Parts: sequence; C-alpha cells; structure tokens
Amino acid sequence: MTAATATAARPRESTLARFWAFVRHNLLTAYAILAFAYMLLPIAIVIAFSFNNPAGHFNYTWSGFTLNNWIHWDAVPGIRSALILSLEIGLLASLIATALGTLIALALVRYGFRGRGATNILIFLPLSTPEIVLGASLLTLFLNINAQFGFTTILIAHVMFCISFAVVTVKARLIGFDRHLEEAAMDLGASEWATFSKVTLPLIAPAILASLLLCFAISIDDFVVTYFNAGPRTTFPLFVWGAARVGAPPQVNVIGTAIFGVAVVAMVGNVLFQMRRERSNASAA
Amino acid sequence: MGFLHRHRGFTPYLLLAPGIAFLGIFFVVPLFYLFVESLKSGSFDFGYTFDWAWSNYWDAIRNYKGHFIRSIEYAAIATLLALLFSYPLAYWIAFRGGRWKNLLLLFIVAPFFVTYLIRTLAWETILADSGPVVGFLRDIHVLGPDGRLLATSVAVVAGITYNFLPFMALPLYVSLEQIDQRLIEAAQDLYASKWKAFLRVTLPLSLPGLVAGTLLTFIPAAGDFINAQLLGSPKQHMIGNVIQSKFLELTDYPSAAAMSFVLMAAILIMVFAYARAVGTEQLTG
Repeated sequence: MTAATATAARPRESTLARFWAFVRHNLLTAYAILAFAYMLLPIAIVIAFSFNNPAGHFNYTWSGFTLNNWIHWDAVPGIRSALILSLEIGLLASLIATALGTLIALALVRYGFRGRGATNILIFLPLSTPEIVLGASLLTLFLNINAQFGFTTILIAHVMFCISFAVVTVKARLIGFDRHLEEAAMDLGASEWATFSKVTLPLIAPAILASLLLCFAISIDDFVVTYFNAGPRTTFPLFVWGAARVGAPPQVNVIGTAIFGVAVVAMVGNVLFQMRRERSNASAA
Repeated sequence: MGFLHRHRGFTPYLLLAPGIAFLGIFFVVPLFYLFVESLKSGSFDFGYTFDWAWSNYWDAIRNYKGHFIRSIEYAAIATLLALLFSYPLAYWIAFRGGRWKNLLLLFIVAPFFVTYLIRTLAWETILADSGPVVGFLRDIHVLGPDGRLLATSVAVVAGITYNFLPFMALPLYVSLEQIDQRLIEAAQDLYASKWKAFLRVTLPLSLPGLVAGTLLTFIPAAGDFINAQLLGSPKQHMIGNVIQSKFLELTDYPSAAAMSFVLMAAILIMVFAYARAVGTEQLTG
C-alpha cells in the first residue's frame, strides 16, 4: 500500500519539480519581458496619441484615429519655430562641445601634466550638479552682466552642460587605443600633424560621432537649464511645457514621435553596424 | 606643430585651454555669482545689494525644511526602486542576452529618445482619473471610488523613478557585462550555492556600476521639479519647484540662490558620505 502510493506519487512530484525548475529558469526572462513592456508603455502612448483625434481641448482620452496631426504638424502656432530653434541649438552646441571636449580628452589621456586631477574634477562637477543649480547659476551670471537673453545664452548653456559628456565619451575610446600606431607613423617620418590627421583622427572618429549624437540628443531634450536662460525664445521642450498648462495638442506627440523615430533608426543602424563589424573581425581572426 | 614639438610640456595646456576656459567662465564663475547673490538683501524693485546676508540660508532652511526633506525622500525612494527594478533586468541582458545584448540595451535607452516632458505627459495620461490604471485600482478597492493617483506622492515618485531608470540600468549593465563568467563558475565549483555565488562574487563585482547608477539617479532626482509639477499638486512640491518659482516668477534671487546652495551642499555631503561608505574611486575616472 505504502509502496504503491510512493510509486504513484513520484511522477507527479517530478512533473511538479520540472515545472518549478522551468519557472525558476524562466522567471528572470519573464521579468525582463514585463520590465521592457513597462519601459516602452509610455512611448507607445506617445506614439498612439499622435494619431488621436481629440474631441475637445485635451489629448488625454482616445477618440478616434486620424492622420491629420501628422499632415498638419505645424498647425499649432509657434511649434515650427520652436522645433527649428531646438535643431539649430542642438547642431551648434554638439559641434562646439565635441570639439572642445575632444581636445580635453586628448590632453587627459595622452599627457601627464600638473593639474590633471583638478581637470578631471572640473569635468566631473557639472555632471554631478543638479540641472536646476546649473541653470540658476548661469542665469545669475547673465543677470549680473546684463546679458541679452536669447539664442546666444541658450547656446552657451547647452555647450556648457554638453562638454563633460563629450569628454567622457571620447576619453573612453582613447583609453583603449594603441599608441604604437602613432609611434609607428612618426617612425616612418610622418609629422605630428600628419600623424594626428591620418592615424589618430580616423581611429577616434567613431567616438567623435558618438559624442556629437549624444550631445545633440541631450541638447534637444533639455528643459531645465534652457528654461532659466532662454529669455523670450522658445525651444521645443519649452513649447511643450507651455502647451501642457492648457492641454498639449497632438502635434506635440507628432514631433515627439518623429524625434524618437530618428533616434531609434540612428541607434539601430549603429548597433547593426557594430554587430557586422564584430562578425567580420571574428571571421578575419 | 614644430613649436609643439620643441615645447612638449605646453601641448596639454594648449589642448585644454579652450574647453577649460569655457567651463571656467560659464560653470565656475556662475557658481561664484550665485554664491554672491545668495548673500544679498533688498528687493527686486529697489535692487539687491551684497551685505553678507547669511540669514537667507537660515530662512531657506527654516521656511522650506519640508520641501528639502521631501526632495531627499522622493529621490531616495525613487533611486531604491530604480535599483531594484534595473538590477535583474541588467543582469538578464548581461548574462542571457547573447548576441542581442546591444539591441536589448536599446530598449533600456529608448525612453531617453522621447523628450523628457512628453514622457512625463504620457504618464499623466496613463495615471489620469479616467485612465485604465485608476479604474482597475478602484475596481479592486485599492483606491476608493474617488481615489486618484495624480496629485499624490505615488505618482510623483513613479514618474521620477521611470524618468531616471536608464541612468541606473546602463552603468549596472556595463559593470555586470565585464564580469568574468569563470569567476562565478569557480565559486560554484567550490560548492557555493547559486545564491551565495551571486552574493559573494557577482554583487561585489557589480558594485562600481551600482554606485555610479545610484549617484546618476539620485542627483538629478533630488533637483527635479518637472514630475512634481506635472504629476503632483503643491502638496508634493519639491525644493526644485520652490527654487524655480522664486527665480523665474517671484524674482526673489537671493533666497532662491541660497536654496540652490543648500540643495547642492546637501547632495554633495550625501554623495561624499556614500562614496566613502562604499569606498570606490571610480567616481572621477
């Protein structure tokens, strides 16, 4: 009797055990899927509501599909000029910040010099200062020197908070960089400038590109520092802020979706490019 | 470049000069101006004059103690939630992601591609009184029939947590990804249970990412005012809301400047205490 129950119970137990093992093994995967869903949910909402046909003033509840918001994306007064200003600032700020940041990164990685530690701290500080303090202090400076608020003050603010990101990005690439390549070029009679432009620059080009993209992304997204230093001008995030008080129109979602789309295409392209390069490196080796 | 060759000692300084000068003028000098501003007294109409008005600091702390405490509280809770949420996810990508790691990483960064303000507005839609989340919570009686999520601390902390998640997940992933799998296998070969191997090997090795992630999340979270503004009510306002309105609406510069410094000091003290406690020197690179 006892033996019979034992043999009958065993297969059931082992299915249970197998089920438990399956759950345990896939628990993390299930969690990851849920986590990704959570991270992407608001993005899905943003995209969906760019096609919403809001009944009243508020774009909060779904009331029908339309392409009108996309066709008339600049039907809301001020949205076009805000977007253009954001693009201009983003382009200029990322160029300037990346140029300045690359030079700093070169100095930090290549040379031992007095003041290296202090420079590292100076680069680190803006990253660890809350944005509101960055914005407030720059505003105080501009107020005290009676600066004219507008394009220039926004540009200065954006370059300021982008430099550290540029330095960090380029530095990371320079650290893993084989100096022997440059020495070889110099041994073969290349001048310092020729070595830099023919050897160093092509090797760090991906890092420079990454820094440009990162700075552009940070710049076009910035609200807080810009809010303090924009004066009468309106960037796209400032436009959204103003619109949010009275109910943001679906066109805001259209531009948000468009920015998201461009960024995703750029990133996926970059990832695929890297994967292909890794594979061709692997097959070459 | 001949000049540089003869004076190699100067080269790093020439490389540094433009960027460091920019940061000096538009980051360090403004902080000094902010400090001077914080010790002024007077009124906006008759002008503020510098007279070592340390009372601004005492007034800021005394009158806005609640806002300071709330900021630190919200930021700390959001940081902890972000850590608990991101660690398993980063772990899964690092150890189970295989060749799709980079693509999976893209899901983590994806929220950053949607403008910060638009992302937060999307949460406003999700948590709205007429939305599905509130409806469900009312149905299962977690919320009363008139219960809401918007204008509560829950909404504000949830918004902060979501908005700064990638700052936590990315550094965690980077340090988990660098772990040599053989170390974990070795621990298990030496009869450590899976759990013990995690606690004694994986977790300590991921500490640099954990420290970087907590700081990158906590600092911007403590100074944030957008989530409290859009998802909360005045009862949930943080110190950032006060600084922002004092600067831009009430033009009470000295008191706003004093608060900015108190916030910065509070954050710096906590960061240094934390860095000492975990004993990492990874912070300044």
